[in-house]
Amino acid sequence: MPTVAELAAKQLAPASRAAAATSAVITARNLDLTFQTNDGPVHALKDVNLDINKGDFVSFIGPSGCGKTTFLRCIAGLETPTAGDIAVNGMTPDEARRARAYGYVFQAAGLYPWRTIGGNIRLPLEIMGFDKAEQTKRVERVLDLVDLNGFDRKYPWQLSGGMQQRASIARALAFDADILLMDEPFGALDEIVRDHLNEQLLKLWARTEKTIGFVTHSIPEAVYLSTKIVVMSPRPGRISDVIDSPLPRERPLEIRDSPEFIEIAHRVRDGLRAGHSDDV
Amino acid sequence: MKSILPVLTVIAAILLFWVVCVPPMNMHLVADQAQRDELVVTPETPAARQEVSGAGLALRNTHLIPLAYTFVRPRLPSPHQVAGEMYKTIIGQKITSKRSLVYHGWVTLAPTLLGFLIGTSLGILLAVGIVYSRVMDKSVMPWAIVSQTIPILALAPMIIVVLGSMGIQGLFPKSIIAAYLSFFPVVVGMVKGLRSPDAMQLDLLRTYNASKSQGFWALRLPASAPYLFASLKIGISASLVGTIVAELPTGARAGFGARMLVGDQYGQPLVSWAALFAAALTAAALVGLFSVIERITLKRMGMAAT
Ligand SMILES: Nc1ncnc2c1ncn2[C@@H]1O[C@H](COP(=O)(O)OP(=O)(O)OP(=O)(O)O)[C@@H](O)[C@H]1O
Ligand SMILES: [Mg+2]
Repeated sequence: MPTVAELAAKQLAPASRAAAATSAVITARNLDLTFQTNDGPVHALKDVNLDINKGDFVSFIGPSGCGKTTFLRCIAGLETPTAGDIAVNGMTPDEARRARAYGYVFQAAGLYPWRTIGGNIRLPLEIMGFDKAEQTKRVERVLDLVDLNGFDRKYPWQLSGGMQQRASIARALAFDADILLMDEPFGALDEIVRDHLNEQLLKLWARTEKTIGFVTHSIPEAVYLSTKIVVMSPRPGRISDVIDSPLPRERPLEIRDSPEFIEIAHRVRDGLRAGHSDDV
Repeated sequence: MKSILPVLTVIAAILLFWVVCVPPMNMHLVADQAQRDELVVTPETPAARQEVSGAGLALRNTHLIPLAYTFVRPRLPSPHQVAGEMYKTIIGQKITSKRSLVYHGWVTLAPTLLGFLIGTSLGILLAVGIVYSRVMDKSVMPWAIVSQTIPILALAPMIIVVLGSMGIQGLFPKSIIAAYLSFFPVVVGMVKGLRSPDAMQLDLLRTYNASKSQGFWALRLPASAPYLFASLKIGISASLVGTIVAELPTGARAGFGARMLVGDQYGQPLVSWAALFAAALTAAALVGLFSVIERITLKRMGMAAT
């Protein structure tokens, strides 16, 4: 039996569809999510409102447990909000998932050990029914995008952690969805490798013009990569600040020493502190 | 290769224990025979000897100990006697001969393999059902467990007799018992294996909007390989045990089980012992074969156990 709120939401849907057609690819309105656990309810997301435009690179940053993963999973249709509205490409997240509207990169590479790198990248293509020739073409193209040319016949255990993570990004890119969702993809890597991959990711974003949602714990990483930084705070998880970055899209690594960069980093840090102040 | 030394040590210890046990086990028989052959035996009457333990008798008649190792119808044959009997019946006979252990081995092996095939297929099917259907998960598993608590020694003759009265004889009834014992480890292992992919891997497939059957073939089935092999190794030896048990109570004329029984009933312990060891070697060979296939397959799948 649909509640009054749900009926109202249905009526509102065409309006959000119209909005999506203009520029917002992902819109969240008054999003609420409470997990029912054995230890009682956990309020993971509270009143989250956000618009992500086409071509944005949006980072989510915040202390552990503030709901970053949960929000990303809501966008992906892997988690269902308890209240509020969320639209992806003008569809519900579940419809968007069925339409294969996004690629998702998890914190662990999660490559199948029994498949080669090429075989792993082919996995979504096989599932989605691309023909053999097209599969081969696409594998080659995304391997080039993540700078792993010539590795398609190698097995995951023959690659370093950073290379495996790149392969998993290639896998998410293979079917060429417009949206790329990444949950701390470089969390387990060391700083140098991370810098390198960040640089590559920016290049890839420029080349493919995708909309990217990116979860991170690192302030420099968030500032360096993003056009929009979403600062979140915990208990209950909510958005405490949204910063539109004034940095140009073209970003050499050295930009991290510029005053603008440092200023944004300060603002992010202040936002994180504010979120923490009530329980430190 | 590192395991060779410990294995040899254990084998040597078992052989030593065996050799030490031979004189006390056989001494009463040996003493009776020695008396008939007019050798000196203490104590002199069989009745008096019954009062003495085998070990005690051996210690008081040390000159008879060598005879205990070559006694023709011993209670416990010595290792070389068993080895000799095995050589005679494995190498020394045409394999089509009724006295050849190779012949009897095949009679047992054929139903073992058929039963294993049936049991494994059934086990995999049940496991798939259990993993994909809540109803089967709730209903099948308890029965599978109950089925294994029924003593097979009680069940085997009933199955053989019932099938026999329906005119089904020979290979097939034995295969049923073998399958009955081998499906269970496969069910347990495969359920665990098919459920082994973690939440992240399942979520990844959801982001591709993969169907259940795509998830099965692409992820669950390959991920279950290590569990399947562990189960297959248990299953194949259980199959062999099942077949031998099925041969024991039914007056079977051929097969390892029949040889064990015949040796016992006709006072030819060497025949029983040779069949026993041949069965053990067959089981070891089958398990070894699966270990090799396992090692090669898992290595090629990048899942080699380290
Ligand atoms: N499936 C779930 N069931 C119950 N509670 C959950 C579930 N997933 C997340 N939570 C809870 O929701 C809250 C937010 O979790 P979430 O994983 O989104 O945090 P996060 O910001 O990604 O943290 P981290 O930076 O550590 O990854 C946490 O309190 C967490 O315990
Ligand atoms: Mg997280």
